Amino acid sequence: MRAVHYVNQFFAGLGGEDKAETPPTRLEGPVGPGRGLTAELGDVEIVATLACGDDYFAEHEEDALAALLGYLDDDHPDVLVAGPAFGSGRYGYACGTLAAAAAERGIPAVAAMHPENPGVDAAGKAYVVPTAVNVAGMRDALPRLGRLASALAAGRELGGPDEEGYLPRGLRRNYFAEQTGAERAIELLLGKLAGETRTEVGGGLDRVEPPAPVPDLSETLVALVTEAGCVPQGNPDRLPSVRAQGWFRYDLNGEETLAAARYESVHGGFDVTLANEDPNRLVPLDTARELEREGRIGRLHDAFYTTTGNGTPVVTATRFGREIAGELREAGVGAVLLSGT
Amino acid sequence: MLAKEIERVGIPTVYVTSLPTVATMIGANRIVRGPAITHPFGLDTEERRRIVERALDLLETEVEPNTVWEIAP
Repeated sequence: MRAVHYVNQFFAGLGGEDKAETPPTRLEGPVGPGRGLTAELGDVEIVATLACGDDYFAEHEEDALAALLGYLDDDHPDVLVAGPAFGSGRYGYACGTLAAAAAERGIPAVAAMHPENPGVDAAGKAYVVPTAVNVAGMRDALPRLGRLASALAAGRELGGPDEEGYLPRGLRRNYFAEQTGAERAIELLLGKLAGETRTEVGGGLDRVEPPAPVPDLSETLVALVTEAGCVPQGNPDRLPSVRAQGWFRYDLNGEETLAAARYESVHGGFDVTLANEDPNRLVPLDTARELEREGRIGRLHDAFYTTTGNGTPVVTATRFGREIAGELREAGVGAVLLSGT
Repeated sequence: MLAKEIERVGIPTVYVTSLPTVATMIGANRIVRGPAITHPFGLDTEERRRIVERALDLLETEVEPNTVWEIAP
């Protein structure tokens, strides 16, 4: 089986930072860390080493990628291996980007780098083997990288990240477990009591640092947003009660309260009887107007944003959030009161 | 998810919900626990006022990620 290995100018032995502008080039067989990797690849042979200067890749990404993919097309490897890039950001980014592009073309691809290297995010559907932050971790990284690369070249179906030693890619795959959910839950609980906390449902969601507090609410434009499915009576835009495909903005036209005669909730995830008696229980327009009059908040944005937040996939909800956030920023909104159920 | 994306563009957002655990999991940072799923902003105007004021206070407060505030009884 055939592997192609990608390294930067330094690991290819072309030179240091002074050669960082080197355009993509192809070298026969294994070079630099590829020699050590060869010993870990079993019956997979490194037929070629592709190298590119880190600055060249960063500054001419499209050209560099096209040239490197051209080499890959000619070599038609069973697996692409990139790195290890350790903590080097530009090198890691090149490894991740190339691995992702190869994986998109159906070439199994694995990169290796430190988990906090920005290249991890660039790797898309490719695998990333975690390494130490600097080259001292080479000896530890190569056997793990070699093992995963051999498995990919052989077309073996891979197990989960923990089992195979790669970073979670944010994917979940169904499988048949031998034990029931109850048995597995008890096992996790006993583990936790013994001081070992594990989970079957790993993170995968990114985090946002909280923005600084509002300096002075009495000078701030405040917007009302809800995931509770509040809409004008009769639901004129047909907001679905579950699995919403979009969100809506409704102008308030100076209204003082969300009157039951004019608004309702179409949320399908809870009993809306109480909410429909008084929609302010979901979107507190009456109170917000009061606080606006008293000067506690500068001004209330004269529209509210709404969607139904049940059964919405994370990617879809994220898109809603991004779109609404864009409008709010454009309108000069400085703080948001969001309600969910 | 809405809270997180709105905060991503730098607008402080307070999320009033009766399920703060879920809100914490998805990465909301300023969370006020509402009294019930069916009426996060309370049943009457007096209760609502307490909840909204609490939420506004949280908007003006420097917070650690995933901060949850209760409504004083």
